[in-house]
Amino acid sequence: MNIRVLLFASLADLAGTREINLSSGGFTDVDSIFRELTADFPSLQARRSSVLVALNSEFATLDSPVKDGDEVAFFPPVSGG
Amino acid sequence: MFRLVRQTIDIPSVTRSIQRPEDGAVVVFEGVVRNNSNGKGVLYLEYDAYEPMALKKIEEIGARAKKEFAIRDIAIVHRLGRVEIGECSTVIVVASAHRGAAFDACRFTIDTIKQIVPIWKKEFFEDGEVWVEGAH
Repeated sequence: MNIRVLLFASLADLAGTREINLSSGGFTDVDSIFRELTADFPSLQARRSSVLVALNSEFATLDSPVKDGDEVAFFPPVSGG
Repeated sequence: MFRLVRQTIDIPSVTRSIQRPEDGAVVVFEGVVRNNSNGKGVLYLEYDAYEPMALKKIEEIGARAKKEFAIRDIAIVHRLGRVEIGECSTVIVVASAHRGAAFDACRFTIDTIKQIVPIWKKEFFEDGEVWVEGAH
């Protein structure tokens, strides 16, 4: 199972990277990926309640199911304009 | 015209790109980089984006504006990267037969951009920098 994970803004700063490729199996939903990330980058855990999720460039939630080849992005509330 | 750009936005050319002889109103909104934030002096901003999704969301907002308001066309351009004080970070141009719908569509568009487009600004101060995070 290959999942491309993207992080933006403060989440990218906390993890020290903007992109992570996960190739282990067993991911069922977005939350299972976020848990994997927090294991590697514990500082992300504090953002769990405010994190926004996109699955293949569309807004999703932590309980959205994932499949092989998906692109999952995590980011803080937006501040463009 | 829906674009993410890394250089100065040429606003007259954005307007020219959509304005037609049948338009009686052209409303232009410019989002401008302010030199202060919560009483603190800001030196400049940097914008980061999830670019493919940001462009997709901007296109969706433009399509919604055209559907929900009696406008003829709309252009949205957002800067990315470093933007200096006084420079324009966001331009929205709405063209329509009459002014009311153009003003309303413009307001809807900037408000919705600030809510759903995955773009983030970082403020740079004399003594540091901070990501701005919207309320959600």
